[in-house]
Amino acid sequence: MVERTYMRVRPDMPPGHVRTPAYLRGKTGWVERRLGPFPNPEELAYGHKGNRLPVMRVRFTMAEVWGAGAETPDDTIDAEIYAHWLEETDPPHAS
Amino acid sequence: MPHDHHDHLSPSGHPYRPDDDHPLTYWQQMEIAIREILIEKGVTTAAEINAQIDAMDARSPANGAAVVARAWTDPAFRDDLLADGSAASAAMGFDIGPMKLIAVENTPDVHNIIVCTLCSCYPRNLLGLPPDWYKSRAYRSRTVREPRKVLAEFGVTLPDSTQVRVHDSTADMRYIVIPTRPAGTDGWSAGDLAGLVTRDSMIGTGLARSPADHA
Repeated sequence: MVERTYMRVRPDMPPGHVRTPAYLRGKTGWVERRLGPFPNPEELAYGHKGNRLPVMRVRFTMAEVWGAGAETPDDTIDAEIYAHWLEETDPPHAS
Repeated sequence: MPHDHHDHLSPSGHPYRPDDDHPLTYWQQMEIAIREILIEKGVTTAAEINAQIDAMDARSPANGAAVVARAWTDPAFRDDLLADGSAASAAMGFDIGPMKLIAVENTPDVHNIIVCTLCSCYPRNLLGLPPDWYKSRAYRSRTVREPRKVLAEFGVTLPDSTQVRVHDSTADMRYIVIPTRPAGTDGWSAGDLAGLVTRDSMIGTGLARSPADHA
């Protein structure tokens, strides 16, 4: 298997238009594929031109997102996250 | 006494239901105002707006079904579609516009389902307008939390050995599911296969119909 690059979504809760779902903030997943660059929607929303940013499709396990309450821990959620919301990190401990 | 004379009963004996009318909302008024200003200033015309509405209404899940049926029958196209959904669907005449398309393929091991938790992002060029439930808070919040329960309510019960892969359409991409090709369709033409591809099967809340249902 190709080695996975793990990313943690910043846990911030800034005001305003943000396209990083709140339920994924602070969660760690791995890069499914890289996309973009696309203009930053947080700037577009306020009439700015929008810096073009890489976007990653990050794959999270249900166990990572919902913890012990996960419906099926090994099912996954993929979401598109703009690069400025991500920081590279170590894999979460093996489950 | 169903036919007694009562004001709250219609002549057929059924109760009247109140009209569901309400004043225009703020945003409805805003839309009308901006549309009228754009027409007054000559930026656009009523005919152009009607033509665009007609074009949007003309898009239907039949577009997506044609793409799926081709992927089932043309392995090179399937590979192209999975590698670059926008280019492959554009090559079939379905321009995805500024948004990009990702096709995800169901297999016996993986079932894909699409949701947009933030709003209602949907591959309109391939599937037309989204159904109301796709935009509901219940679908949007529950699909990322308990997708198997949501699927069961749509009549899709998956074995534990099948992994569910939820795709939250959060940004610039749009998604279409390539459902599993039904058994018993060997030798079918793409045209006939397209008749088995339902809208819900391309969202992931359903499966393609089997030939027995289709008969």
